[in-house]
Amino acid sequence: MFSAQSNVIVGLEIGTSKVCAVVGEIGAGGAPNIIGVGQARSRGVRKGEISEPELAEEDIRNAIVEAEQMANVEIRNVYLGVTGNHVRGFNNRGVHPVVSADREITDEDVQDVIKNAKAINLPPESGIIHTIRQLFYVDGHHGIPNPVGMFGARMEVDVHVVQGNVNRLKNSIRAVKSLHLEVDEIIFNGLASSLAMLTNEQKELGALVIDMGGGTTEYCVYADGVIKHTGVLAVGGDHISNDLAYGLKVPLGRAEQLKFDHGSALVEESIRGRQIELPGEVGLPAKTINLEHLRRIISLRLAETFLLIEQEIAERGLLDYLRAGVFLCGGCARVPGIQRLLENTFMLTAQLGKMSAISGLSPALDQPEFATGIGLVKIGSLQHKRKTTGGFAENIKKSIAEFFRR
Amino acid sequence: MTISDNHKPDSVLNKDIVIRIVGVGGAGCNAVNSMAREESGDYVAINTDSQALDQCAVPKKALIGFKRTRGLSAGGDPEVGRAAAEDDLDGLRALCLGADLVFILAGMGGGTGTGAAPVLARAAKESGALVLALAALPFDFEGGRRQRQAQMGLQQLKAEADAVICLPNQKLLKLIDSKSSAVECFQISDGLFAQGVRGIRRMLSGVGLINVDLAALRSVTRDLHSESSFATVEAAGEKRADLILEKLLAYPLLDGRVLDESDSVLVSIVSGPDLTMAEVDRVMGQINRHCEEAHLVFGAAIDPAYSDRLSVTLIASGGHSEPVKLSSSMAIEPRERGEVSVAPELLEQQAVVRTSSRFVAPPPALTPERRDQLISRQTGGRRKKNKSKFQKELPLEIVSRGRFEKSEPTIRHGEDLDVPTYVRRHVVLN
Repeated sequence: MFSAQSNVIVGLEIGTSKVCAVVGEIGAGGAPNIIGVGQARSRGVRKGEISEPELAEEDIRNAIVEAEQMANVEIRNVYLGVTGNHVRGFNNRGVHPVVSADREITDEDVQDVIKNAKAINLPPESGIIHTIRQLFYVDGHHGIPNPVGMFGARMEVDVHVVQGNVNRLKNSIRAVKSLHLEVDEIIFNGLASSLAMLTNEQKELGALVIDMGGGTTEYCVYADGVIKHTGVLAVGGDHISNDLAYGLKVPLGRAEQLKFDHGSALVEESIRGRQIELPGEVGLPAKTINLEHLRRIISLRLAETFLLIEQEIAERGLLDYLRAGVFLCGGCARVPGIQRLLENTFMLTAQLGKMSAISGLSPALDQPEFATGIGLVKIGSLQHKRKTTGGFAENIKKSIAEFFRR
Repeated sequence: MTISDNHKPDSVLNKDIVIRIVGVGGAGCNAVNSMAREESGDYVAINTDSQALDQCAVPKKALIGFKRTRGLSAGGDPEVGRAAAEDDLDGLRALCLGADLVFILAGMGGGTGTGAAPVLARAAKESGALVLALAALPFDFEGGRRQRQAQMGLQQLKAEADAVICLPNQKLLKLIDSKSSAVECFQISDGLFAQGVRGIRRMLSGVGLINVDLAALRSVTRDLHSESSFATVEAAGEKRADLILEKLLAYPLLDGRVLDESDSVLVSIVSGPDLTMAEVDRVMGQINRHCEEAHLVFGAAIDPAYSDRLSVTLIASGGHSEPVKLSSSMAIEPRERGEVSVAPELLEQQAVVRTSSRFVAPPPALTPERRDQLISRQTGGRRKKNKSKFQKELPLEIVSRGRFEKSEPTIRHGEDLDVPTYVRRHVVLN
C-alpha cells in the first residue's frame, strides 16, 4: 500500500493514563498535517513505564488500530515517546583545538567538537537518548550559534544530554516491536511536547514547558533558543487520585471521579465547609465529603510538584531566563485554577496547552493531552526532512535510536 | 415559665420570687441544717426519721409517713420512703404552696431521699412551683445496691423535677486527705449543696447582661444524662479571670474531664459593674476549649454586691459518668499557671478505681520464667498505657502506597513523593 519511503509519520506515546498514536502527513512544505489520532485507555503503565506488558501491548494495538482507521493508512513505523523516573538531562562540554593553519573554523571542526562533547562516561546501564547541541564558545567567547567561517584557536560547545536506563527504555521498545511495528527513534516525551508547544520566538525568549500527565511530569527549559535543562518527576495525576483516595477514604475509582468533577488547584474561601454528597448505591446512605479537604489535598500536591520543579530550575540559575513564561500541557492542565497556581509558584506568566508551534491544527486536536503525540510527529517530520534533504537540518538533535534497535 | 428578668439592681435575690429550699431525707436535712446556720432563707426539712428531724435546727419541719414507720426511718428502702411521701401528699403540697421556686436537696441511695424526693417534686409542681433538685449520689463504698437505688431514684426525680443537678460524692474523696474525719467529709458534701443552691440562686436572680433563666437551666439538665455536675467558684483581684479558670479546672466535681465529656454546659458569670469584656472572653474562651462539642449556654449578670469579685457557676451534663475516660487533650494541655497539675490527680484516681474494683483471683501455679515473662509484659503494658496519655503521636506513620504499591518509589530530596503531600506536610484535615 505504502512504500517504505512514505511521508506518513506516526508518533506513539505510551502514557500512564492513555496510549495515544498520532498520524501526521508531510505536506509539500515539509510541515506535518495531522490526519489521525488513536487513543486507548492505558492499563499496563505506572509512572510512565510499562509494568504489565500484556495489557500495554493490547492498549497499544487498540490505539494504533484506531489511528489507522481514522487516517486510513497502515502504520509500520513509529516515533516512540519515552519517559520515566530514570530519565535525566544534563549539560556537557566538548573542547576542540582548531587545527587549520589560518584558524578558520570549518564544518569538520564543528563535527569534531560535538563528537568530543558527546564522549561521556556513563555507567554501563545508562544509554543516551538525545544529545542536543547548545551554543559554541570560540576562544572563550560565548553565545555563538554557528561558528563555521569564524576564526579562533580553541572551540568549545555545550550539549544537553538526555540519558536513561537502557533496560527500562527497552521495555517500551519491545512492547512496540512485539506488534510488528518498527521504532524509527525514541524521543523523550518532554522534548516532544515542548517542540509542539513553543514557537521559535518563545524559545529565544526563554520558556519552561511542563508536561504533567498521569504518572509523570516532564519539564524542559529553553533559553536563548536552546534547551538548557530537561527532567522528569515521577509524579502526576495518579498521585492526586491516590492522595484523594487515601485522604478522603474512598476507592481509587471514586477518587478519580471526584478529581474530575470537583477538583481545583486552588482552595477558595467560598468553599469552606461545603460538603459533597456522594451518590451511594441503592439503599445505602450516601457518603459526604468535605470539598475543602478535597481541594486542599489536590492543591498541596500540585503546588509541591511545581515547587520541586521551580527549585531545580532555580538551582541551575535558569529562572531568570524564562521571559516567555511557563507553559503547561498534559492531562493536569485541565485542573481548574492550575494556571493561577503556576503563576503564583513561578511568579511568571503561565499558559495552558496551546500548540502554537503546529500550524493548521484543528481545535479538536489542540488539547493539552495530545501535546506529546503531536510533538513526536513534529520531531518525526524534522527528521524526515533531514533524511530527504541529506542531513541538512541536523541542528536539532541526534538520536541514538539505532543503538537500541540492535 | 421563666423568671422575669426585670430585677431591681440593688438586690441579690429577687424579692418577687419566693424560693423555698427543702431537704428530704437524712442527707437533705443535714444540708438544709448547715445552710440555715450560714444563710437566712426559707428552709424546710422533711424526713421519716423523727429523731433525725429533731436534731435539725430548721424552723419548718415535716415528719412524713408516721403511720407507716412510726417515726422511725425508711430503713434504706426507697419504696417505704415513697409510700410515706404518698401518704402525706397533701401536706407536702401545702408545704410548697406559695413558692415560685423549690429547691429539693436529697441524698440518693437511701430510703427517704430516694423515695420521697420524686413525690415531693411532683407535689411542688402541682402546687405551681418550679422544681430544681440537687441530688447527692452515694460514695462508691456504699455498695452496688445503693448505687442502683440512687440511679433509679435519680431517673424518677428527673421525670418529676424541672431540673436535676447531681453531686457525685465519690468525687469528694479527692478533696480530702487520709486524715480528714468522716464528719469533715460530710460537711464538705453539705457545703457543696449550699454552694450549689447559692450559685443557682445567684444565677437566676442576678441582673442579666446576658440572661440565664430556668428554661436555659432545664435545657442543660434535662434529657437522659446520667448526671449533671456543677461548679461554682469565686475569685477576686486583678487576675481573677485566670484564677477562676484555675479553680474551675481544679474543682472536685468537675476535674476538667467532666467538662471535656459533657454534652451541654451552662455557664453563668456574676460580677460587679467592673466586669470587663476581656474577662468574659478569657473565661468563656477557656471553657469553650474544654467542651468544644458541647451545647453551651452562657449568661452574665451584674451584681453590685460582687464588685471586685468574679463568680462563675457552671453546670455540665454529660452522657456517661463512669468509668471516666481519660482524655489525652486534657493531659497534654499546657497550663500557664499550673500549680495544680491535673495529670497526677488523674493517675491517682485511676489507681484508686483499680484497687477498689479489682477482683483478685487466686494465682495459678507458675514457673519462675513464666512469671517473669508475665510481669514484664504486664508492667510493660501498664507503662505503655500510662504513657499514652502524655505522649503525642510518633512521627513515624506508615502510609499505604495505594496505587504505587508495585512501582519504584519516587524519592526526591529524601522524601517519598508517593506519600500524599498533606501527610508529609502534616496538614490536618478534620
